[in-house]
Amino acid sequence: MSLAEIMLAALWLGLSAYVLFGGADFGGGVWDLLAGGTHRGRDQRDLVMHSIGPIWEANHVWLIFVIVLMWTGIPSVFAAITSTLYIPLTLAALGIIARGAGFAFRKASTDLWQQRLFGAAFAFSSVVTPFFLGTAAGAIASGRVPPGIAAGDVMSAWLNPTSAVSGALAVGIAAYLAAVYLTHDARRGRRQDLAEAFRARALAAGMMVGLLATAGLLVLRGDAPGLFTELTTGRALPLLVLSVAAGLVSLVLLWRRTYLAARASAALTVLGLLWGWGLGQYPWLLPGVTLDQAAATRPVLAATLGALAVGALITLPSLWYLYATFQRPTPSADQDRPHTTGDDTPASGRRRE
Amino acid sequence: MVQAGVVVADLAAARMQMALSLGWHIVIACFGVGMPAIVLFAEWRGHRTGDAHFRLLARRWARAMGVLFAVGAVSGTILSFEMGLLWPGLMGTYGEVIGLPFSLEGIAFFIEAIFLGIYLYAWDRLPPVPHMLSAVPIVMAGVASAFFVVTANAWMQQPTGFDVAGGRVVAVDPWAAMFNPATPPQTAHMILAAFMVAGFGMASVYAVAMLRGRRDRYHRLGFLLPFTVAAVITPVQVGVGDWAARFVADNQPVKLAAMEGVYESARGVPLHLGGVATGGEMRYALEIPNGLSLLAHGDPQAEVMGLNEVPARDRPPVNVVHWAFQIMVGIGVALLALSAWFGLAWRRRRDFPRSRWFLRAASLSGVASVLALEAGWVVTEVGRQPWIVYGVLRVSEAVNPAPGLAYGFILVAAVYAVLTAGTVYVLRLMARRPVPIAPQESDVTGEPVV
Repeated sequence: MSLAEIMLAALWLGLSAYVLFGGADFGGGVWDLLAGGTHRGRDQRDLVMHSIGPIWEANHVWLIFVIVLMWTGIPSVFAAITSTLYIPLTLAALGIIARGAGFAFRKASTDLWQQRLFGAAFAFSSVVTPFFLGTAAGAIASGRVPPGIAAGDVMSAWLNPTSAVSGALAVGIAAYLAAVYLTHDARRGRRQDLAEAFRARALAAGMMVGLLATAGLLVLRGDAPGLFTELTTGRALPLLVLSVAAGLVSLVLLWRRTYLAARASAALTVLGLLWGWGLGQYPWLLPGVTLDQAAATRPVLAATLGALAVGALITLPSLWYLYATFQRPTPSADQDRPHTTGDDTPASGRRRE
Repeated sequence: MVQAGVVVADLAAARMQMALSLGWHIVIACFGVGMPAIVLFAEWRGHRTGDAHFRLLARRWARAMGVLFAVGAVSGTILSFEMGLLWPGLMGTYGEVIGLPFSLEGIAFFIEAIFLGIYLYAWDRLPPVPHMLSAVPIVMAGVASAFFVVTANAWMQQPTGFDVAGGRVVAVDPWAAMFNPATPPQTAHMILAAFMVAGFGMASVYAVAMLRGRRDRYHRLGFLLPFTVAAVITPVQVGVGDWAARFVADNQPVKLAAMEGVYESARGVPLHLGGVATGGEMRYALEIPNGLSLLAHGDPQAEVMGLNEVPARDRPPVNVVHWAFQIMVGIGVALLALSAWFGLAWRRRRDFPRSRWFLRAASLSGVASVLALEAGWVVTEVGRQPWIVYGVLRVSEAVNPAPGLAYGFILVAAVYAVLTAGTVYVLRLMARRPVPIAPQESDVTGEPVV
């Protein structure tokens, strides 16, 4: 593997982590939006807040990682993408602001009207943001971002069939991952009712994602025939098969209430799609631009990859520690106490962990 | 030399959008850099002395820090988008040259976000010592990320570590780019500024409370701790600021000329206080003879380059840069005087000055330090104009030529107006929550402090 290939693999790993972790945090917001009225939806919203509270900021950093690695590793491609797609990407960035601020503000506020207002900002932007990021992915996959600065059409690049389907697919994937993850969180919190509720949502979202992915393939056939051929008959086919198989397995596991294993197979479903796209398009990053043409100079790749390798030695164990800390039951969970964690909103104090 | 197709209004909008989002983020980021150390110190004192006031302060500050960190994270994210959305001409060519410090900053940001999650949410899950240890990486990573980001900005002032051939960069040395000549003075100046903004900003909240009669131990400690940090750093910052200014004098003479409104190159140049640059000269300014030559080069007869040495199209807007510099230095001197007043009173009788005027001034110190921060940033960035990479690439050559950037700016400005209102509202909401009369078990066990 050349340095450029290693860099691209690291970029795609970062993107995978962002979709699997950050994507699920957006999905939590999707379920928050769909949880129903203030009273009826309270328990679900509390579970979502509780699950993503400590980890969403760390998960969000994967996006920064992807952006920075793009401009470092393939600068001209980064400039082509951001300049042509500045409308959906600006909207996604504003959605990220509304999501993070809404979440933090809701947690800090006490009155119901404040919680509803900030909660609405959080929930709505959790749908909007992955949608626009998905349309950008669709624009790249369907070859609508040509090389050069703002060389593409700033409207039709992201207003097209592939972008529409991939935007919807991004929201669906986020919702699906979140629902699958939340089933296990709910069970660990001994809330069988919530586990059942999210199991039903996970099954529905899983089938939805399957339908959207199928629709996406059909759209690609007309819109991006090259990628379609690679996915259906070329070297990306095994990954597509893996994705479909893992998706079906995850539905069975959800049906049988094997929630922890369902997490793994749901993640595999999404990884299959993501890496299938990547492999199907490789080595073309943009129309007429290969990785070797776009890659940064060797000293830059060497220094950056070296720094990232050292960084991974510090970051990955820390991430593991973060997840482990909050996937463990709290010391107080076994006792009959009226309140649980002090850092939650008064609303969630009502619920036992 | 605007690219074909770039509307002048779009270029102005892109600059305004970058200024707005960066000028907003820089304030929040200062709290992200400076606050964790102060909060950790309060928690440590609380455990060490058994004084529950310290733990209560740490707990409440940590909550505010949680909100500030969240808005800081998202307002920083849009900046990384905007680097490409607004300035593809910069990133498409030079992205790889400044990629290394941003990659390192990404790692630091990971560490910050991970341990902040642990520190804020595991207050009741971890015993005191591991809990305090979880804040140490936040402190270190906050300072480190400020360092890395500012090295990239320093590179825009003093671009090194690359050559250009045929429109592409060649012979890139990312370490040389990162450790460019402007890196030491700029990073030191910025990190100290962050601690000043956090210290004065936190202290001013309690100064206001004390002016309103709440002079109990809780409020006194809440004032003393952050104010002491800021007061100790302020004289150091004045020295570092002098170093940074001398650096500009040696390496960006056009910027210095704009800062001081010097048009004609000469020896023994006076220092201009106030004044307006109009018609190619500095008018109505109070002149201190030989002041600039002495301050900038340490010699009253030293030669200072004037703006007339470069064509008008290579000059930054003089009044903006000159006045921003005056404001920064003026506030810096005022904060130095306030710190000295505090230091003298503390030496005499282990207490802050009794005068209400001291508290009044201290309650303004937070806003003043933010103003100085913004003014200093204007000097650095507007003083660099018309270059985005000093002497190498113009801002107008780097901007995204896609149509309609002006509409994007209006939308972004509207979102920031709401974000500002929300942040201020929520922070005031948190500050107004009553403090328990007697320290409760809650601040150690993790019950909500209401």
